Amino acid sequence: MSARSAALAAITLTALAGCVQTELRGTGDLGVIIERAAGRVQIVDTTRETKLGAVEGLGDLSHASVVFSRDGRYAYVFGRDGGLTKVDLLRMRIDVRVVQSGNSIGGAISQDGRLIAAANYTPGGVRVFDAETLELLADIPAAYGDGSQRAKVVGLEDSAGNQFAFSLFEAGQIWVADLSEPRVPKLTKFKDVGRQPYDALVTPDGRYYLAGLFGEDGVAMLDLWHPERGVKRVLAGYGRGEQPLPVYKMPHLEGWAMAGSLAFLPAVGRHEVLVVDTATWREAGRIKVAGQPVFVMARPDGRQVWVNFAFPENEKVQVIDVETQTIVKTLVPGKAVLHMEFTPRGEAVWISARDDSRVLVYDTATLELRSLLLVDNPSGIFFTSRAFRMGL
Amino acid sequence: MSALLFAASLAAAQTVGAARQKELVRLVRQDCGSCHGMTLNGGLGPPLTPQALKQKPAEGLKATILGGRPGTPMPPWGAFMTEAEADWIVNELLKGFPNER
Ligand code: HEC
Repeated sequence: MSARSAALAAITLTALAGCVQTELRGTGDLGVIIERAAGRVQIVDTTRETKLGAVEGLGDLSHASVVFSRDGRYAYVFGRDGGLTKVDLLRMRIDVRVVQSGNSIGGAISQDGRLIAAANYTPGGVRVFDAETLELLADIPAAYGDGSQRAKVVGLEDSAGNQFAFSLFEAGQIWVADLSEPRVPKLTKFKDVGRQPYDALVTPDGRYYLAGLFGEDGVAMLDLWHPERGVKRVLAGYGRGEQPLPVYKMPHLEGWAMAGSLAFLPAVGRHEVLVVDTATWREAGRIKVAGQPVFVMARPDGRQVWVNFAFPENEKVQVIDVETQTIVKTLVPGKAVLHMEFTPRGEAVWISARDDSRVLVYDTATLELRSLLLVDNPSGIFFTSRAFRMGL
Repeated sequence: MSALLFAASLAAAQTVGAARQKELVRLVRQDCGSCHGMTLNGGLGPPLTPQALKQKPAEGLKATILGGRPGTPMPPWGAFMTEAEADWIVNELLKGFPNER
């Protein structure tokens, strides 16, 4: 159903019920699903497990990601073609849209909700926008070397004090941009953090920024409470010198699979999930899995970790029991599983199977399928509960 | 198009059937697309448009596809396609890669 026909249906329903106003509703159980090829998002209701309507005209949405306004009303969709679109979830229409660069990978929203930052591949850098109007406030070119080269920006994350941290893929650097004065960003640069940082995350408290390295085994860690201590290397040499396996899709460090003091991360070029003790930042175990992990995500209560995989194992999802660090179930949701998203308190998980044009909703207690939605080539799934979490 | 390239693309077309071509189009758009962009205009990997590739020898591109490029994220695809299929992909990339459906 298009946004317009959904709105019409809503009006008709209320007319039938004899009301004069459209029904009021909150947005806490809403979300969006990216329809990769169609340049469209579906707005979904996680309580009724249904689609509510679609919003079109968002450009190239391969690899698109989404952040939410702090009132949970608007979704900011970052498209691959550099499009940044603010979607009104209640009116189910585009509020503002700008094409801000040639090639973008994702973005973040500031702690106070006033700034949207977009991470760009070409031209490499970060651009900062007013969250209300999408007016450009700051442009931060990711220049390195003699200053004429620009690196691709990856792993852009928000943290306390309206700061954004991000990594420069080719340059092997981590930068922190302080935007307490949005038009005058203050930059702190950390060089030689490791070869080819490919993605990053911040811990839920906003304290640690961790960038996964593609060019070597290990993770670069910055304590944002103590930037003066510099970037440290953790999990160095986790591959134990073995030849890495080919990676057919880059893993993502989105979110923070954390359970108690343990964190779970995808290994790169190994078919393993790494377990890290966040008290010591040492390896606390590793779990053999079906393929190259892409997303490693903890159920909100931290009792399970769900993992999906790169081509050619991308039909599978494995569920790890955190207490025993073992795989309790291997699911086969469908062809080309691209993303997973937990409902706010984690009783269900939504999984997109791109090549089957389906989104499957699993019960996380029984691990059984609960519902199935038809969605055209779905990729990312994003729920409004992200609005209240740092780094998402 | 040079006579040589034409002959090569004929040979490739002969050995890669229509059903397999369809699969390869999906593979390139979706799975190569996760790094090179679904429009092949580039992402973590460089653009694979005719414009970007025209100066590069087809043999080298084929070797990159089959064998990957060690030290970069470009993985080897030799386990998932034959040489003739890689030839076909290179030819199509140089002409402007077909869309799905
Ligand atoms: C995991 C990411 C990734 C995937 C998936 C991937 N590539 Fe690449 N590819 C790269 C990167 C990065 C480079 C650049 C390597 C370098 O720096 O030399 C590259 C380079 C190439 C080149 C050489 C381009 C040039 O200008 O010399 C070709 C051709 C190519 N890829 C084709 C493909 C095809 C076809 C597929 C799918 C069957 C594919 N790639 C999948 C990352 C990827």
